[in-house]
Amino acid sequence: MHKPEIAITRERLLAAREMVLNMGPQHPSTHGVLRVILKLDGETVIDLDCDIGYLHRGVEKICENRTYVHIEPYFDRLDYVAAVSNDLCYVETVEKIAGIEVPEKAKYIRVILTELQRIASHLLWLGTHAMDIGAVTIFLYAFREREEILKIFENYFGARLTANAFRIGGLQYDIYDGFEEQVRAFCRIFPERLKEYETILNENRIWLQRTVGIGILTAEEAKDLGVTGPVLRASGVKWDIRKAFPYEVYDQVEFDIPVGENGDTYDRYLVRMEEMRQSRLIILQCLDRLKKLHPGPVLGKVPKVIRPPVGEVYHSIESPKGELGIYLVSNGTAFPERLRIRPPSLINLQALKKMAIGHLVADVVALIGSIDIVLGEVDR
Amino acid sequence: MELFWTVWNHPIVSAYIVRRLPTIVIVLFVILTVAAYLVYAERKISAFIQARLGPMRVGPYGLLQPLADALKLLSKEDIIPARAERSIFVIAPMISVVASLVVLAVIPFGPGRATITDINIGVLFILAVSSVGVLGIILGGWASNSKYPLLGALRSSAQMVSYEVAIALALVGPLMFAKTLSMVGVIEAQMADGVWYVLYQPVAFLIFLVGGLAETNRAPFDLPEAESEIVAGYHTEYSGFRWALYFVAEYTNIVISAAIAATVFLGGWHFPGLTRLAEPGTGLYALLAVLIFAAKVFAIVYCFIWFRWTFPRYRYDQLMGLGWKWLIPAALANILVTGAVLVLAQHLGLVETVRTEAGERLVSLWPWGKLFLIAASLLIGVPIVWIVLAVINRRSADFNLRVQRQIRLPERGEEEIFAEV
Repeated sequence: MHKPEIAITRERLLAAREMVLNMGPQHPSTHGVLRVILKLDGETVIDLDCDIGYLHRGVEKICENRTYVHIEPYFDRLDYVAAVSNDLCYVETVEKIAGIEVPEKAKYIRVILTELQRIASHLLWLGTHAMDIGAVTIFLYAFREREEILKIFENYFGARLTANAFRIGGLQYDIYDGFEEQVRAFCRIFPERLKEYETILNENRIWLQRTVGIGILTAEEAKDLGVTGPVLRASGVKWDIRKAFPYEVYDQVEFDIPVGENGDTYDRYLVRMEEMRQSRLIILQCLDRLKKLHPGPVLGKVPKVIRPPVGEVYHSIESPKGELGIYLVSNGTAFPERLRIRPPSLINLQALKKMAIGHLVADVVALIGSIDIVLGEVDR
Repeated sequence: MELFWTVWNHPIVSAYIVRRLPTIVIVLFVILTVAAYLVYAERKISAFIQARLGPMRVGPYGLLQPLADALKLLSKEDIIPARAERSIFVIAPMISVVASLVVLAVIPFGPGRATITDINIGVLFILAVSSVGVLGIILGGWASNSKYPLLGALRSSAQMVSYEVAIALALVGPLMFAKTLSMVGVIEAQMADGVWYVLYQPVAFLIFLVGGLAETNRAPFDLPEAESEIVAGYHTEYSGFRWALYFVAEYTNIVISAAIAATVFLGGWHFPGLTRLAEPGTGLYALLAVLIFAAKVFAIVYCFIWFRWTFPRYRYDQLMGLGWKWLIPAALANILVTGAVLVLAQHLGLVETVRTEAGERLVSLWPWGKLFLIAASLLIGVPIVWIVLAVINRRSADFNLRVQRQIRLPERGEEEIFAEV
């Protein structure tokens, strides 16, 4: 039997100044199976490395052996807390390369559902991020509101997490009776509830001490690292795919892009909080327009077997985490030649090292939370 | 056998052990039950704060949950990690639990026989014995031979050592009024004066509450066991009954902290009009006194639980900063101000020293003496302590938080947008 040499370890331990700490893959706050290898001096992080791939399923390769219709459910399982956004990106990519038209009404419904998903995703982020910093109660408050959104999803999609009803060329179902009222009811209570979270957090000294000035990412650094989404906007770069390359009906609704100044954890928090408010505005505007289009078709003219012309296309949307892009190469058959996913979580995660070095272990946890990663998307 | 009876009948043994045995047994039983039900209270109160139900399955309203938990912990497999320091690993939780149970000896739960014993250095005894408890945590973290427990142990040793200083300094203020270190004496001094010391010493009370939270590893100072950072801190490798011992020690410490605060600042079992309800020395009086004390303790414990579920967690360096740059200077300034106010009050003839059989008691004269002391604590004590803190921390980032936070947010309101749609 192997006998561990405790004496040597102990001497080494006493002499060493640095300690290597494996945070994860089983750890309460790495948001899944992320393994962060920390080199510590006391509690100060002097080096950091992320080990990913524990959840790798080879989605990109699987997609090469599925027809275009069959691929879609795999996208629910990438960013599994924002399934609707992922599906939207995929169906739009195929529509773009195959030149399929989508009815106006379907576009509005898609935007409503995607924005609801953005709110749900941000709420989940808020809850877990606050819990990482120790404010446990926020988690349950955020989940209370997320539950309302999931109820809408359950009614519409028939699923709460892997919600899948977007189809190439439109939607599988028309909206159900009472959809508008349910969404409006949510929009009515939501601002109050957001205020509630902010009363607990915004004026809380401990929250401010834990977030202000932590993990500063300047605009230049953020652009160099290629981060997108709220992390980029918190650094002061006004970049949102919904404004830059409007898809669906984002060019017909009015909303603002909240931008931070300092690029620290607190700004990322504020930006996401404001994004939820803006999403609510988008939903309300779309509901107004939707009324005029109802009733109407939700699925356009789609061939039985989708065979896009030979060629390639890159399409990206603003998912809750950042720029979610798909690069699709078609060879003219019913199966894609190559499908490459640009996952925002993976690329944003690369900023962790830049942010975390020099901070303490507790800050690393806060930073992982503030980047908002989902390992299903990082590892694919 | 004869030797046994000689020892049994020895006056000291008889006075401190034999005749106290019923009280000791009752206190231990009650405190351990209370510790178990504190977990239940914590879960129920947190559920109330978080808009959910909490334990509901075991017994009516989940009332038997602590029993079920205890049974589960007792029947769990006893695991000692292969590379742990076995003997220290076994002893460490015992040290923690013994240290916190020994302190119960001098906690004044009620008048007369409701208190186990009253020694003339009660406060010092509590401070001394409770600081042994940290050894259990350090040793447990070290003996586990694992990284998260090591970090947790380091954190807790630094944290408890620094906050003990603040707590001890905060207790000096009220003790200047009480002129005694005996826990029962502190209560009697407040009864003689008729005013609870929280009114004379609000700053010290706040320092003690914050320090007590930190001393018992409660949120927002629960760094030694911060789940989201270092998994479970010093007791990561512990399971089953050894883990339960740490748990008992932790919750007993909460009760003890709250009991000290209730004794020193909230008048212990004293309540205005209590002597009119029942004759002192009777059983009814003792019962009412114990209930009053329990109510005060629970009020403070409720605050502890409330804080835990509403505050985020401090970071390690911020915690040390709070201890050394805020609480300790505040406590020192408070001692200075209190001393000055007392000297001034004596010169003005607003307080007088009364000799009783238990010792000297400081009594402020009604109404001007009491009014002067209360007003001085609020109008002189609080501002001076605040000025001292502001001067010390004027360059600290924590102090200037508001300057640092700015963000550009959309300027257009909801109404404007919908006006166009």
